Amino acid sequence: MQQAATPTADAAPPSGLPLRRGQSSGALGDAIFAAACRGAGVFVLLLLGAIILELFLGGLQAFRAFGPGFVTSTEWDPVQEVFGAGVSIYGTLITAVLALVFAVPLAFGVAFYLTELAPAWLKRPVGTAVELLAAVPSIIYGMWGFFLIVPFMSQVVQPFVIDTLGELPLLGDLFAGPPFGTGIFTAALILAIMVLPFIAATMRDVFETVPPVYKESAYGLGCTQWEVVRNVVLPYTRVSVVGGIMLGLGRALGETMAVTFVIGNANRISASLFGPGNTIASLVALEFGESELGSLKLSALLGLGFILFVISFIVLAASRLLLRQRLKG
Amino acid sequence: MVSNRLLALAAGLVATIGLSMTAGAQQATITGAGASFPNPLYQKWGEAAKAATGIQLNYQSVGSGAGQAQIRNRTVDFGASDAPMTAEQLREHNLLQFPATMGSLVAIVNIPGVETNRMRLTGEILAEIYLGKITKWNDARLVEMNPGLTLPNLAIAPVYRADGSGTTFVWVSYLAAVSPDFQKQVGVGTSVKWPTGTGSRGNEGVAGTVRQVRGAIGYVEQAYAEQNHLVTTQLRNKAGNYVTPTPEAFQAAAANADWSAPNFAASLVDTQGEKSWPIVSPTFILLPKNPQDATRAQNVLKFFDWAFSHGDQVATQLDYIPLPEAVENAIRAAWAQVQVDGKPVWPAR
Repeated sequence: MQQAATPTADAAPPSGLPLRRGQSSGALGDAIFAAACRGAGVFVLLLLGAIILELFLGGLQAFRAFGPGFVTSTEWDPVQEVFGAGVSIYGTLITAVLALVFAVPLAFGVAFYLTELAPAWLKRPVGTAVELLAAVPSIIYGMWGFFLIVPFMSQVVQPFVIDTLGELPLLGDLFAGPPFGTGIFTAALILAIMVLPFIAATMRDVFETVPPVYKESAYGLGCTQWEVVRNVVLPYTRVSVVGGIMLGLGRALGETMAVTFVIGNANRISASLFGPGNTIASLVALEFGESELGSLKLSALLGLGFILFVISFIVLAASRLLLRQRLKG
Repeated sequence: MVSNRLLALAAGLVATIGLSMTAGAQQATITGAGASFPNPLYQKWGEAAKAATGIQLNYQSVGSGAGQAQIRNRTVDFGASDAPMTAEQLREHNLLQFPATMGSLVAIVNIPGVETNRMRLTGEILAEIYLGKITKWNDARLVEMNPGLTLPNLAIAPVYRADGSGTTFVWVSYLAAVSPDFQKQVGVGTSVKWPTGTGSRGNEGVAGTVRQVRGAIGYVEQAYAEQNHLVTTQLRNKAGNYVTPTPEAFQAAAANADWSAPNFAASLVDTQGEKSWPIVSPTFILLPKNPQDATRAQNVLKFFDWAFSHGDQVATQLDYIPLPEAVENAIRAAWAQVQVDGKPVWPAR
């Protein structure tokens, strides 16, 4: 390109000089700009790669020491230096999934209300309120959970549930144990509120992509609101709705501070949903400060970080994949 | 690893800024990092010492483990740790260890109708509670040792520190000292594998959970319990007496401890003495024996010399337990091991 440009410039009359100068400086600026942007893009990629690599290398000592059993072992004994990720992986998955069980119906209600039912003047305040929920720092949810939800759970909800459902065979095991207030169930409850805005906002956005004429035709045929949702809106947006839910799941998996406050932080798997547990993120946050440089424990924590990274990565990649088609249009 | 590097970087940065800022003024900055338990005291000492000696302390409360790591990497002038390092570790990293102050732990409970310092407990009972062997407050043994109390038929909910902490280290050291079962099943560490109960983050988390859950029992630093008016208990000491957590009981424990242990790693749990409180713990300072900068090392020693001579009142106000004077003098003598080019940096000049 340069070779082609040089002869032209040479051949051009002197009057062309200012023009050429302008062109060349513009081209140079553009090249710098493009290079800077490309650099920024590549930098993010490199950064991501470096983080994964650093976590993996950090965890290598633990992976070597415990082998594949590291992922499934439920033993976490800092004194004997035996570490397994089983309990915290279980806690991470069960709280995230339970959170979705609570959050999805609520998010669906919010989204459908905002797109179909709400009067125009209420759409904005409710929509903004939902979005603001996403902006609340997680430490606030943690404190709110610890000082309000936990006492409420331990003094009202759990004694009631333990005395009623706890008496049933089989099902009772899910709700047995002393009413600490903290535990898997409470953590899932807080998480549900935290992921709600993400799911609700995505659902609202995709519901709005449903062509009005479809819904109007359905209403015209005499469908009820539920039938419109069930047979028109959901089939049309199904893939994106699942994508939105995955987005929420991704957030729930990595949440640290709020969960740490309310999950009860015990490295045991208990049958009861009210029992204390742990998640990968909260375990790492709690144990990091007292882990010595180069110790097996630190390596195990970094290994846990790597596992969490992989889980979150898979979930978020899946959500991107599912959301892509719908939001493109 | 990442965090430690970051901390090191941050410490370095702070040190640089501190140096450049004080270059003009007639001040010297020293940096320290580690245990969070003595942090309020070190901050207060720092303020007071700055006025008296011109030495400005920059102490970062990052946790005992991180403090040990930082002094091993020599990114700070001194490290601080609640748990003593082993003689082997000290030798390997060429560190001098000495206690700076002491604190004590108390058990806190939430039992309807039980007021502060009324309930009687023993170490053995506490160990069995935390092992999940005693599960009701109206257990026969508890009722027998508490004739004055009506104990309800209520499940015991043990609460422990979820974050790795020196407090847990001291607490399990005590339980392991009095109960072979606890020693065998759980052991001693800054975080351990608890067979029962629930974990909370920090003193405030444990206190909050105990306050909220009927039948809960937990452990916190005495200073924290005192300042927040928590319901504490009596404990039976080695001499067989039930003692309440008072400054006198803590001082008695300190006086009865065997301070001749190597590297001052005296154990103050379950000490002898009629009036001794059974769970007292020193918190330690770690110094390089081969500092790179003689002046900074000297300033660190000057600082602690000032703290030992003039800091007792501040310590007592904050519910810490000052070291016995004989121990302070033994520590000053040990400072001769800090040398640059074969010459001790203490006593200064």
